[in-house]
Amino acid sequence: MPPVLRMILQRLGLGLLTLFVVSILISVAIELLPGDLAQQILGQTATPENLAAFRKEVGLDQDPVTRYFTWLGGAIQGDFGVSMASRRPIADLIANRLYNTLFLALYAAAIAVPLAVTLGLLAALYRNSLYDRAVNVFTLGSISTPEFFVAYILILWLVHGAGLFGVLSTIPTDATFGQQIEATTLPAITLTLVVTAHMMRMTRAAIINLLASPYIEMARLKGIPRYKVILRHALPNALAPIINVIAINLAYLITGVVIVEQVFTYPGLGGLMVDSVSKQDATVVQACCLIFASVYILLNLIADVLSIVTNPRLLHPK
Amino acid sequence: MAPTNEILLRIRGLRIEGRAGHVWNEIVHGVDLDLHKGEVLGLIGESGAGKSTIGLAAMGFTRDGCRISGGSVEFDGVDLTKSSEGYRRQLRGKRIAYVAQSAAASFNPAHKLIDQYTEMPVEHGVLTKREAEQEAVTLYRQLQLPNPEEIGFRYPHQVSGGQLQRAMTAMAMSCHPDLIIFDEPTTALDVTTQIEVLSAIRDAVAQYGTAAIYITHDLAVVAQMADRVLVLLKGDPVEEAPTREMLSHPKEDYTKSLWAVREFRTEPKPAPAPDAVPAVRVANVTAAYGPITVLRNVTFDIHTGRTVAVVGESGSGKSTTARCITGLLPPVEGLIEIEGQVMPGDYRSRTKNQLRQAQMIYQMADTALNPRQRIRDIIGRPIEFYLGLKGKKKEERIRALLDEIELEPDAYIDRLPSELSGGQKQRIGIARALAAEPSFIICDEVTSALDQLVAEGILRLLDKIQKEFNLAYMFITHDLATVRSIADEVVVMKEGLVVEQGPKEEMFTPPHHAYTDLLLSSVPEMDPDWLDHLLEERRAKGISP
Repeated sequence: MPPVLRMILQRLGLGLLTLFVVSILISVAIELLPGDLAQQILGQTATPENLAAFRKEVGLDQDPVTRYFTWLGGAIQGDFGVSMASRRPIADLIANRLYNTLFLALYAAAIAVPLAVTLGLLAALYRNSLYDRAVNVFTLGSISTPEFFVAYILILWLVHGAGLFGVLSTIPTDATFGQQIEATTLPAITLTLVVTAHMMRMTRAAIINLLASPYIEMARLKGIPRYKVILRHALPNALAPIINVIAINLAYLITGVVIVEQVFTYPGLGGLMVDSVSKQDATVVQACCLIFASVYILLNLIADVLSIVTNPRLLHPK
Repeated sequence: MAPTNEILLRIRGLRIEGRAGHVWNEIVHGVDLDLHKGEVLGLIGESGAGKSTIGLAAMGFTRDGCRISGGSVEFDGVDLTKSSEGYRRQLRGKRIAYVAQSAAASFNPAHKLIDQYTEMPVEHGVLTKREAEQEAVTLYRQLQLPNPEEIGFRYPHQVSGGQLQRAMTAMAMSCHPDLIIFDEPTTALDVTTQIEVLSAIRDAVAQYGTAAIYITHDLAVVAQMADRVLVLLKGDPVEEAPTREMLSHPKEDYTKSLWAVREFRTEPKPAPAPDAVPAVRVANVTAAYGPITVLRNVTFDIHTGRTVAVVGESGSGKSTTARCITGLLPPVEGLIEIEGQVMPGDYRSRTKNQLRQAQMIYQMADTALNPRQRIRDIIGRPIEFYLGLKGKKKEERIRALLDEIELEPDAYIDRLPSELSGGQKQRIGIARALAAEPSFIICDEVTSALDQLVAEGILRLLDKIQKEFNLAYMFITHDLATVRSIADEVVVMKEGLVVEQGPKEEMFTPPHHAYTDLLLSSVPEMDPDWLDHLLEERRAKGISP
């Protein structure tokens, strides 16, 4: 088997193992929640018969290990059980929310990733210039400002000032693609401002790190223009760290946007999870956790694999 | 093509400054230099002499943290210090090309050789990509690269060091430049590989009538390559003369001292008694990294008070043998004995006293010393660990050791490694090894990163210490001049096998094993005709150079 393939399979196996361990951790954590779940959901007035019936319905009467494996078996097939609070299938609850979350994350990433990489490359090219400093100050400023504050500033300027977009990002169920884009533009810009700095600075640092390499000096001594030296000679060797930081930020865009969702009342998965926590809806929280964990693991796995296949030493062995 | 009278490069009063923190220090103090079309000029000097800096300045280029502060660099009548960066960029690669010291580091690991070759002629609009690709094959063939049709499609890591260096020379010639700067192109190579690269470079330069500046610290190499030699010392020109004249009649004292360095010889020692227990016995050692066997049946003895030089090219198993002796790599088969006592294969199973007996001095003193520790701690640690000395006794011992290595204790004991020169760092490495009061020291290429004069100082110091403490040395090196200076016995290794071993005098007198012969005959000599004669001889014998 080619070594690259073996390495990729290894990473895949490790990813699955990590996911398995995380699923156990999630279940144990839910199990450790204080109080009786049935009592809390049904309230103090529930009769013992009602409680027993509820426990039977959601499977709380079984022992934790059986419950874990039943849950895991279902989850693998996309069936996360029913919500304790609403008694609706969790898959239905999540499907639309997950779509919204992914839509917003991809939208934000589509702006932020090319923007950050371009800004980072330019900052490396014009290192220590006025432009470099300005970009650094601006991106650092935006990352240092709390997300909700960025969001409110944008609302103030763009909605109340310029009259663009609506304040709320609620989406009607039959929304067209255009409407959806319009509704999510403001949160997407907010998120872009939040994640760009990290990726841009990492791109800049990864490139500058390489500029002292003998092969960069060689390229310059070959009379290659500076921008080509950076694009052709530095960038391909800086891909691994850049890909990794992009993956981390993509994961953040999917899993960490609760606050932005709340500000714009955007119906995403983060909001659902927060709601469910306050409602003590253990099964929904469990499902959301598992999805978020999978996203993290999957994106890191992709970053790992891309780092491997962009390394000629691994791709073209001796 | 013979040099013409037409001047290609004229450097006048060149001054270059380097930045240290916020201060600019002058590192090149006014150098004049003329280079005619088709001429090869050798720039020679120790590290810090400013050779590379001047070489780069000839392209109108300075490294980050350096600047040209005075003088002129006229190439083909245009002063590069006054021209625009755009103009200089047009020249670079097209009319002045550069061959770097380490081809392995100077080829971009992300691109195939052929793409890096064609980049330059295409960028400068000299050739189309296809034309350049075709020419590359011709040049690869001319530089005697194997599979010239196919080698370009490999990535740098798939090609050996000597081949890479030739591929880099081919790349430099891709635009048929008027001038090539060769910056120590063979320093990182084994002697046997060096020959191939030297002859390939020389032929190619001669055939295209390219002028060249050949930078090196190796006099014997420059004797083969250059028409004229300029000797530099700490950024100042010392002496300039045609090569033959310089070799036969050096005028300046510094030049003479450079020539004399290789004369150092230790006194011959009496042969050990036949029944003497060797300080170290390596008996039938076979070792492997994973499934790959790297040493086979290696056997040799090192007697107390004597030096065994282990020579061979990179990958021959010299350092692996050292790793087996110290227990870093437990042998698969065979035994290591120290003072007649069988050592456990793994260093973790050895007692403190067994560990104390064998110490090491490393090639790169830079990386072998903890940059955050002061000299006191670096030398004090083994004293405390092995001998259990503390407080005042330890301090006295450290000072005695510093005296031993000829560094003034008061001035050096509180310094950090970064506050020492290369030779001083290596001396600290020696003191650290001595601190354990060993019976045997492994010296792993201890002089190969040092300038010749400094290296000689280290060799003399090691010799003095050996006599004083009756130490056994295992001297790993690929430099046969060092072997001549210091060895009593020589072990020649190739591909994990001992090819030949014996007393030094025998090893340096024929008949040799074929490989020893190849190794010995590949060491450049001061005679400017040496390379021609050697190549002729080898061709006559039917060996490829």
